[in-house]
Amino acid sequence: MGMTDNTFPGTPIQPDEWKGNRYFFKEAEFPLRYSWDSGIAISRFLQGLKEGRILGTKCFRCKRTLVPPRAFCERCFRQADEWVQVKDTGKVNTYSVSYVNSDASRRSEPLIVAVIEIDGASPGMGFLHVIRKIEPSEVHVGTKVHAVWKGASERVGSILDISHFEVY
Amino acid sequence: MHMKSREAAIVAAGCSGPLAISPHLSYKEMTFEAARRAYSQVSIDPRKDVDSFIACEEDLVEGTSITDEYAPDQMGGAQRSVCTVTQDGINALAQAYMQIVAGIAQIAVIESHVKMSNVRNKELLYNMAMDPYIEREFLGDGLPLAALEMRRYMHAYSVSEEDIALVAVKNKGNGLTNPRATFAGAYTTDEAMNSKEIWSPLRSVYVSKPADGAVVLVLAGRDRARQLTDSPVWIEGVGWFSDTSYIALRDLEVANYARGAARMAYRMAGIENPAKWAQFAEVDDTLAHKELQHLEALGIFEPGEAAEVTKKGETARNGSFPVNLSGGSLAEGDLGDTGALLRTLEAFEIIRGGRFERGIVQSWRGLPSASGSVMVLGE
Amino acid sequence: MRRVAVVGAGMTLFRHRMLETGKEMAFEASRQALDSAGLERKDVDSVVLGSAPDAFDGVHMKGEYLTDGAGAFNKPYTRVYVGGGTGVFIPIAAWWQVASGMADIVLAVGEEKMSPLQPHPQYAFWSIFDHTLERPLGVTLLWIFALEMRRYMHAYSVSEEDIALVAVKNKGNAMDHPAAQLPARITVEDVLKSEPICWPVKRLDVSPTSDGAAAVILASEDVARKITDDPVWITGVGWNVDTTYWTNRELAYPEYLEKAARMAYKMAGVENPRREIDVAEVYDPFDYKELHHMEGLLLAGKGEAPKLTKEGVTGKDGDLPVNPSGGLLGVGNPIAAAGMMKVAEIFWQLRGEAGRRQVKKPAKRGLAQAWGDLMQVGTVVVMER
Repeated sequence: MGMTDNTFPGTPIQPDEWKGNRYFFKEAEFPLRYSWDSGIAISRFLQGLKEGRILGTKCFRCKRTLVPPRAFCERCFRQADEWVQVKDTGKVNTYSVSYVNSDASRRSEPLIVAVIEIDGASPGMGFLHVIRKIEPSEVHVGTKVHAVWKGASERVGSILDISHFEVY
Repeated sequence: MHMKSREAAIVAAGCSGPLAISPHLSYKEMTFEAARRAYSQVSIDPRKDVDSFIACEEDLVEGTSITDEYAPDQMGGAQRSVCTVTQDGINALAQAYMQIVAGIAQIAVIESHVKMSNVRNKELLYNMAMDPYIEREFLGDGLPLAALEMRRYMHAYSVSEEDIALVAVKNKGNGLTNPRATFAGAYTTDEAMNSKEIWSPLRSVYVSKPADGAVVLVLAGRDRARQLTDSPVWIEGVGWFSDTSYIALRDLEVANYARGAARMAYRMAGIENPAKWAQFAEVDDTLAHKELQHLEALGIFEPGEAAEVTKKGETARNGSFPVNLSGGSLAEGDLGDTGALLRTLEAFEIIRGGRFERGIVQSWRGLPSASGSVMVLGE
Repeated sequence: MRRVAVVGAGMTLFRHRMLETGKEMAFEASRQALDSAGLERKDVDSVVLGSAPDAFDGVHMKGEYLTDGAGAFNKPYTRVYVGGGTGVFIPIAAWWQVASGMADIVLAVGEEKMSPLQPHPQYAFWSIFDHTLERPLGVTLLWIFALEMRRYMHAYSVSEEDIALVAVKNKGNAMDHPAAQLPARITVEDVLKSEPICWPVKRLDVSPTSDGAAAVILASEDVARKITDDPVWITGVGWNVDTTYWTNRELAYPEYLEKAARMAYKMAGVENPRREIDVAEVYDPFDYKELHHMEGLLLAGKGEAPKLTKEGVTGKDGDLPVNPSGGLLGVGNPIAAAGMMKVAEIFWQLRGEAGRRQVKKPAKRGLAQAWGDLMQVGTVVVMER
């Protein structure tokens, strides 16, 4: 399998060579820290989540109800006009079952992730979240789900104020 | 090789900020504000009229990898020809100019924004930009490098610290009449020279302070420019250039990147004597001594003469060749790569304001880089 | 608009980890490209470099750091960036430098060193997501590929078997690519049985993370004809980035890619891409992406790409060979260099220099395409002999 050919330059290092200190390596760590200003739209969305509700904004021109809400409509390039509360139920637009963590290590248990189209927003409008308490084989495109909120005292103004979604 | 001059003009410029902090707006909202202001100056609808959008951001300043993903919406570029150029704003603008001359765009938008206030440990960023193996250990957050350069410049041309303090005094003073200059201030030379020493001979007042802001420029090809506005500001010439990334191999007393960029820009503009041709300049003064270096590299003053000329008041607001009428970064704040577009916006407004017709804008990418650009603007 | 040609190309091996630093890899690829055109650094008027997230290398303002490796010191130098689309965007950014008259010879370099990031390069990808609404969920890049793959499969009733055929084809093609990281003779069953990473994505559906660099030289018509008897013209360029709000988009079809493709086709005078494109390098970081992109490129109708693959049309000897190089699945995926590898491949294919990878049909017009960001960007070049 594979070919050895010296047409193209490069010196591959095998994993055991790397771990074995055969070559010099320089290690460094950079704990960069940021405080991202949430601004108008996201601050209000997060406040809504803290209150246990999902908010959206409407654009009067294209008539869409936008979730996640934004201060301006990117399609019409104008300010968004009105804040509305949408439902905390929806349906699965697409989903997947993750067996790995973000650092590529294996998860102890698979996680169902999905794009949830939110009821009350325009078709196709929604956000990313996770679905729990269901077998992966029972989730499909179109499956109806509802949000499960953390208790009021635990909500802080974060997307995680919704703990997860569950299938009806 | 030859690129034609005056094939495109800046027809509009909008900004949000600069401010020391900007918690009231997310970066998207800040950029939207700048974009909206620019577009309304010439009544264009970015969703229909703009052919190319160029964003100018670095991942680690934004705190998001592939920050290009977040560029389109706030400048009206959703599902349009959008790209990101990780260089100073004038380099990005030059790409737009070439797109127009190549015939692939008639109207192009250049955007850059930054929220330095959102980066909690900026000093780590500058350190991270240095060579990991042989340079990072010694140059901390970049300011030691600035100090090394300042001392080298002073030594090479017998420039005193007072000469350099004068630049800070001039620019911070100029900023007092500029509503965009958050860091303007009235200083005497003594006060500047008694400000806190950071790394000798670098002092606090000589270093621009980080700021937040967004700038959006609209560039239009010759025919469109005349349709959109009665007072386009033409790109006579533009150039961009990089010196070696190895700090120890650089000539620290000369800003070679500015020299190379200027050569390109002047050749395009057909300028042989920039001091005679231009009437004012907006140059990078992220560090006070750099204004002097940059003026020399631009060929406006002879090497080593910029300090004398500044002392005589020739670069003051009522001098024979005003430099940084806006107050520069020393008065408006250090916006990183966005600074180049802010300097351009200031020059654009100066020319529009009628006092001058021809100016030079110069930018530097900031510590620890040796890259920068030059643009020549004319009425 | 001056005519612009590709006159030389070079690349390094693509491997999971290489000893060479980013600078050294950029140098090796650039040197090879210059040598292939008989040029020296002094002949180069301007350099354009592309490289994806700085997070991999652990160097901020990575473009500055790579200046020397890309032969760019004391020259005009620009780094461009459109995520995964960068690899095919670099030649576009180089193209307008020549087409505008600014430069006669431009060196275009794609470099990626992903291996430095610990514990695994994959880890950098959590930081591409929205810092407030998505990162807290522990999201990883693989999620969005899987979400898009699922939506595509659902919309057009495409099976995992149909998709696996692409991995089989491309890894097989890569057996003939001397720089390839993961060439292999596998079967559809191997793919279906490989461990699920983020279902429906399985291990053999995915391209690896890699170190590598690739470079091409662009020249204006007059200069190109002095350098080589066989310039390959860039006749069309296109690029398009969709809205950031990927959760609000129909993921089954890449509209933005269609727009980028139409921009390039219009410029190239291509009216029927399926008939007029002889060979295509289509971005395949995952196997389903080749199908998805073929449709966005109008090389197949919506939902029709699996059929073409099943029928062997996209094989090396077929009527529309797709990814004769072996693609990202077979050769490797050092992001910006991967797209450049595809451009180099079309260059070599059109000149008949692709060795055992040479497609059977006479190739006069080819296409290279890249894609990336949050499933947002399409970059396309059309090249002709």
